[in-house]
Amino acid sequence: MTNETNNIVEDKLELEDKFLAPENRKRQVTTPDGTIIEVDPLRDYFSDARPQIYRPNSIPVIENFLNWARAESLWVLGFGTGCGSIELPPLTTPRFDAYRFGVQMRATPRQSNVFIISGYLSVKTLKRVVRSYEQMPNPKYVIALGSCTINGGMYYDSYNTINRLDQYMPVDVYIAGCMPRPEALLAGFNKLKELIKAGKAEKANEYVENFDWYKANQKKIIKDWNMPDYNW
Amino acid sequence: MDFDLTKLLFTLLGLLIVLNWGILMSGIIRKIGARVAKRYGIPVYQGWIDLIKNYAIRSQITHGIMFYLGPVFRLSGGVGLFLFMPMIFGSEHWSNYSFQGDLILLMYFQFFGMLGMALGAGEGGHPNSAIGISRGLSQFTTIEVPMTLAVIAIAIQYHTLSIADIVAAQQGSILNWTVFTNPFATVAAMLSVLGAFGHSPFNLVKAPNEIPIGPPTEYHGTFLGVLRTNAAILHVIEAVLFMNLFFGGASNWFELFLKSFLIYFWSVFVGMVFPRFRIEQSVRWFLKIPTLLGIIAIILA
Repeated sequence: MTNETNNIVEDKLELEDKFLAPENRKRQVTTPDGTIIEVDPLRDYFSDARPQIYRPNSIPVIENFLNWARAESLWVLGFGTGCGSIELPPLTTPRFDAYRFGVQMRATPRQSNVFIISGYLSVKTLKRVVRSYEQMPNPKYVIALGSCTINGGMYYDSYNTINRLDQYMPVDVYIAGCMPRPEALLAGFNKLKELIKAGKAEKANEYVENFDWYKANQKKIIKDWNMPDYNW
Repeated sequence: MDFDLTKLLFTLLGLLIVLNWGILMSGIIRKIGARVAKRYGIPVYQGWIDLIKNYAIRSQITHGIMFYLGPVFRLSGGVGLFLFMPMIFGSEHWSNYSFQGDLILLMYFQFFGMLGMALGAGEGGHPNSAIGISRGLSQFTTIEVPMTLAVIAIAIQYHTLSIADIVAAQQGSILNWTVFTNPFATVAAMLSVLGAFGHSPFNLVKAPNEIPIGPPTEYHGTFLGVLRTNAAILHVIEAVLFMNLFFGGASNWFELFLKSFLIYFWSVFVGMVFPRFRIEQSVRWFLKIPTLLGIIAIILA
């Protein structure tokens, strides 16, 4: 290897390492019994395996039944990204009462099926949204709330927000408005239910099929990419 | 011991009944809670749908062997409790595999699932799981103190460790129930059952808005389905245990449904009224009045 290529490799390493927090850098650690092991948090804590496509059940009757169960039991990830998240808490109050549609709030992405992107998405939040979205288990659905997720809305020329959500993750249902009221959200949930029951809500597989395109788009926006390409 | 197929089939059927009753019971409770809050509320059958959906999740992530075994341990704790619990008094078929001295085993099984869950959730690696586990174990240890004192008190009172015998001793009149013959032990146990059911004020361990979800943070799909199956069984079985020990047991399934519902509802009722304790508050609370009542019960016995 020539000196020149060496320099290029080092430069690239430095560039990658620049955004890493100190505790995430590769380092040597002495264990309690004296042996020295190497710890690489990015490799040890995360997987770098590519996502898989999970085909629906090939027997239509079973798949329809499971889709019915999925539609009637929507667990929403409690992650408010923008100002629209103020419309989520009223859903659980007596006035709107989303529970009667089987909509429940979960606090962890592992147990959620529905991700509501509520309003504008800043670049900093997009990174967290991508990680949370990828941690959700396979039949997963995205509801985009508000105009900001469709074309940027009133933040269309902002330096710090994204304009079109569907460039970064597949969206099942859009709810337009600024802001949409909780009634609109309920209508969105019912629309999502129709889609799931019809077997048309397979966007999680779509994300996997176009994985490279989505990743390229995400990396174009997120400059300090310091995580593995796929967080599961 | 002879192998008895009829007994085995009846036990499995009983497990099925208990599971479905547990799901229905929590559905009814949630419906009542919704109506108290003037909401229409979730459908009563939502528990079954959630179970089906959880078992139908396509992608599952595992963090290692203990992560698999955690829910399995928890479920075997719940099923183990069921196997050794006499369900219907005087019934040959619904006594399950109860035997002399089963009370000791049941006290052990209550902790068994919790420990398995601790190992499994610990391997999940999520910090919230570790916090939830340490909180859960410390709270459950203090719950066990008044509960064990109460159980010892009634074991002294009836001179037996067999649940079937304890139920038999309470037959005849409603005044023969332990709740009337040994009120201190009953009150101590009924206060500790508040913590065992994990409703407010003692639901800090799993409360979604304190630390997200707590021990099962990383569990999803089938893992979560197994945990929820176990929760349904465990709630009924805990209620049946207290029904057997303090409220004269049940002579038919309808009586069992009614009594277990009322015992479960007692913890929900308290939870609706009182706000949540922090963990150090709940630990101190269990070690004060309920423990004192338990000690009084032992002294009197």
